[in-house]
Amino acid sequence: MKLARDTWLIFQRQLKLLLRNPVWVFVGVFQPVMYLLLFAPLLKPALNAPTQAEAYKIFVPGLLVLLAIFGGLFQGFGLIAELRAGVIERSRVTPISRFALLLGRSLRDVVSLMVQAVIITLLALLFDLRVFIGDLLLAYLMLALIALMTSAVSYGVALKVKSEDALAPLMNTVAQPVLLLSGILLPLAFAPGWLQGVAKWNPFSWAVDGTRALFNGDIGNDRVWQGLSIITVLAAAGVYWAARQFARSVR
Amino acid sequence: MIQTRGLRKSFRSRAGREVKTVDAVRGVDLDVPAGEIFGFLGPNGAGKTTTLRMLATLIEPDGGQATIAGADLLKNPGEVRRRIGYVAQGGSTWDESTGREELVLQARMYGIGKAEAQRRAIRALEAFQLTEFADRKCKTYSGGQRRRVEIALGIIHEPKIVFLDEPTTGLDPQSRAHMWDEIRRLRTDGMTVFITTHYLDEADALCDRIAIMDHGEVVAEGTPTELKREISGDVVQVGLDVSATGEAEKLLDGEEYVNRLELLDEGGLRLFVDEGATAIPRILRRVDAAGLDLKSIELHRPSLDDVFLTKTGRSLRES
Ligand SMILES: Nc1ncnc2c1ncn2[C@@H]1O[C@H](COP(=O)(O)OP(=O)(O)OP(=O)(O)O)[C@@H](O)[C@H]1O
Ligand SMILES: [Mg+2]
Repeated sequence: MKLARDTWLIFQRQLKLLLRNPVWVFVGVFQPVMYLLLFAPLLKPALNAPTQAEAYKIFVPGLLVLLAIFGGLFQGFGLIAELRAGVIERSRVTPISRFALLLGRSLRDVVSLMVQAVIITLLALLFDLRVFIGDLLLAYLMLALIALMTSAVSYGVALKVKSEDALAPLMNTVAQPVLLLSGILLPLAFAPGWLQGVAKWNPFSWAVDGTRALFNGDIGNDRVWQGLSIITVLAAAGVYWAARQFARSVR
Repeated sequence: MIQTRGLRKSFRSRAGREVKTVDAVRGVDLDVPAGEIFGFLGPNGAGKTTTLRMLATLIEPDGGQATIAGADLLKNPGEVRRRIGYVAQGGSTWDESTGREELVLQARMYGIGKAEAQRRAIRALEAFQLTEFADRKCKTYSGGQRRRVEIALGIIHEPKIVFLDEPTTGLDPQSRAHMWDEIRRLRTDGMTVFITTHYLDEADALCDRIAIMDHGEVVAEGTPTELKREISGDVVQVGLDVSATGEAEKLLDGEEYVNRLELLDEGGLRLFVDEGATAIPRILRRVDAAGLDLKSIELHRPSLDDVFLTKTGRSLRES
């Protein structure tokens, strides 16, 4: 009860600050929109897809997962600014729940990701993408869990390294291989066997497959529940670990 | 209200490949009764902030124990948090928020309901003369206005004790005087106020009692008057060229009316004597006879700086 109240308090505050400067939500969505408009048209011939809509069914889920991963991973920068301003220390002397300090922030990130995902989905609809609403909502759940995990991890790491200079290369180093090994841009079905083998160990690869299956209307596909379960477990672990960083001393 | 025993903290820091241990606080015993303004006086790096952060539950002590407003610091930090307020040395407001938003949020973080939080924010804004700027973003505030918001944040939940880490650093003399009044008002309201400072005059004028800290240890504790009285007699400061200082030291060190003698970095000596009025003519004669060039001579009552000097061998003004 206290956790819910405290989380809501932090969430409200963070959302209010975000809305005061909503331009960041749109800056974040700008790059994926560019991909959607300028890169996706190449895919129909490249993938040998029968229609443009088929190509989008493969590409859009990947793009959304990409957005969730990157959107989350770079949230830590804002937290470092807050650390420097003393806002975190000020929160830590109050009896507020440390879980709430993290969850309130991460949920704000999830909401801002959802807005971006809806913008991209709507645009894709213009290009004849068609998805069942139920499948789409389940796909959004997957995205929300990914964003929850990556933003929590980013906050946790930010509290550990405490400087932008360390956070930026770290996040990039983690994100690049994760990205390439998840078949985000093109399905790993095209990959040689060894690459597929390595990708099996990348949880995001399962998430991407699951999301693609959902966009394909294939809700019974094993990858859907597998992807959701893997990401749920990881999100819970990420949130737990990051909340502990909030509880530990930070300077 | 606050009782500490043997509070210790060391930091490991890395400089290149070397790992160094800094003993920031080494065994602090304090007893602060309720309702007073207690001052922590010490130079940069003395360990004031580290002690405060331990007492405010922000860092865990390596050793020792403390009871704060009746709650045990180590066993029950959650209860300590509810009973104290803490205002950090480096500020704690967010550029993009307004003063009012910060105050309401702070009250809410202490579990206070929304309506009551808003009422308290209004009262705090009035008390600290901030109403005019209440709905402007913090980044537009002057240093003094911002500091006032921060102090208001520290007491919005009406704690029994408030820790203020250097509340007046960076303020102009007028804002400082205002801040002193605010702090005295907190005492009138029944709060125990624990401040740190490296201003001698602040410790002297504002604090009921002070502890002087140096290199992680409390070297003296008492009311400003008590501490100064401990150094009996007067202080005579003799201005000399650096080159002449050594010789003068030899001349005067043996004199029976000189209780203690300190060299000044900028040249000259500080002599602790029983009675300045009779010592000065004798000092003058002695220095003159040796043909040394005496530039100035001053007599003053011992200050807190002299207390610091006798306890640590250094002057607070120089460090
Ligand atoms: N997180 C830390 N890591 C390493 N060393 C630290 C840390 N915090 C403080 N120190 C060291 O501990 C010592 C005491 O620092 P502290 O901040 O308590 O001093 P202070 O009395 O508050 O000084 P000032 O008047 O400058 O604020 C200093 O030598 C400082 O460098
Ligand atoms: Mg300090």
